[in-house]
Amino acid sequence: MMNKFQLELKKSLPDLWRYAFALSRDRTNADDIVQDCAERAVRKRDQWQRDRPIKPWLMTILLNIYRNQYRRDTYLRLVPIDDDQSKLHERLPAPSSEQDRIELAATAHAINQLPPEQREALLTVVVGGLDYGEAAKTLDIPRGTVMSRISRARARLRQIRALENGSVRRIK
Amino acid sequence: MSEEHIKNEITEAHLHAYVDGLLSQADASKVSDYLIQNPEKADEVADWAAQNKMLDNLFSHEEAELRTQDIDLSISVDRPAVFAKFLRVAAMIAIVVAGVASGWVARGTMPVQNVSLQVATVQNARAAHVLYTSEVLHPVDVGADQAAHLVDWLSSRLDTKLIAPDLSSSGFSLVGGRLLPSGDNPAAQFMYENGAGQRLTVYASPGNEEKLASFQFEKWDGFSSVYWRDQNLQYAIVGEMEREQLIAIATNVYRQLI
Repeated sequence: MMNKFQLELKKSLPDLWRYAFALSRDRTNADDIVQDCAERAVRKRDQWQRDRPIKPWLMTILLNIYRNQYRRDTYLRLVPIDDDQSKLHERLPAPSSEQDRIELAATAHAINQLPPEQREALLTVVVGGLDYGEAAKTLDIPRGTVMSRISRARARLRQIRALENGSVRRIK
Repeated sequence: MSEEHIKNEITEAHLHAYVDGLLSQADASKVSDYLIQNPEKADEVADWAAQNKMLDNLFSHEEAELRTQDIDLSISVDRPAVFAKFLRVAAMIAIVVAGVASGWVARGTMPVQNVSLQVATVQNARAAHVLYTSEVLHPVDVGADQAAHLVDWLSSRLDTKLIAPDLSSSGFSLVGGRLLPSGDNPAAQFMYENGAGQRLTVYASPGNEEKLASFQFEKWDGFSSVYWRDQNLQYAIVGEMEREQLIAIATNVYRQLI
């Protein structure tokens, strides 16, 4: 029999996994991050304010775990950050057509080229499903900063895609 | 969810909120009308929406369900014994140095005399922070449950009386610490953690400098640091947080050294 905390946590796990996968770009890392996040959440469950949605709180914990992990990897260069396009193909969900598959790989590639703070802001809202206020709390930055990072991320993604398409489309 | 309420004119923020589904229905239709009038903006917004769709497709919901269904939530992680011990020692710890304060003059008025010393110290502190805060199994050599031993040990190695600052008023509790090399000298790292799992490093190493230095804030690659120097030691506090929060913590630490 699960209590309310466990039920809410259980319900959030798939979203947390997607968020962890999007951030870490690695399935095994995402498994580890979510497991660690769940354990920490259980350990610190008293800190969850029951009248508030649980997901932003969980995502804060997850983001801190990811940042520690990610920084270690980039610092030690033990685990290369995988943005190899050929490998990306393997991990993509079965798309309906070759064109979709290429599009997805190109998106993954473009996302990986964003500066970390822009990537995190965009993924927190789009994949994590938080609103801007919740994202501001999770990322521990002002709401206006969330907005400007998302705005820059989107402009940058358009630019990257435009360059990749070889078009001379002007981006403001 | 009415995240961005439209009062008068439609701003960039409303367009983002529109794409992210954060507008009320009424506001969303205002934006739709606006986009019909502004085809160039409409192109941009359509691209953003396509990006969102791609991101959503990239990370499969079904796979996420499958991979998380076996996670065990009955994990028992209560550690009352350790915690009680921690409470007992919490009172006696507070890093850092007795006899520090006497040499400290009006912070904010002292120029930094030796920039390279500062740079090296901050780099060492940041490297220690990056390396050890990410460590899951052994983030510290000596844990907070042996705080008294930790402080005694590091004090004797640094040949200065250290205390571990109590950062509970800043929301951080001691994880533990370790001895590190700093050139030919020893250095001490104390690691702290808050309720959300965010970690913080308080680093101290011998100064070899007569000159004092006031708070120096720096941000590099997402990591903020505050550096200062007193008669005995140099300090660097490193964390992944905004300037105001880190300066507040540094002030908290500094006050406990007096």
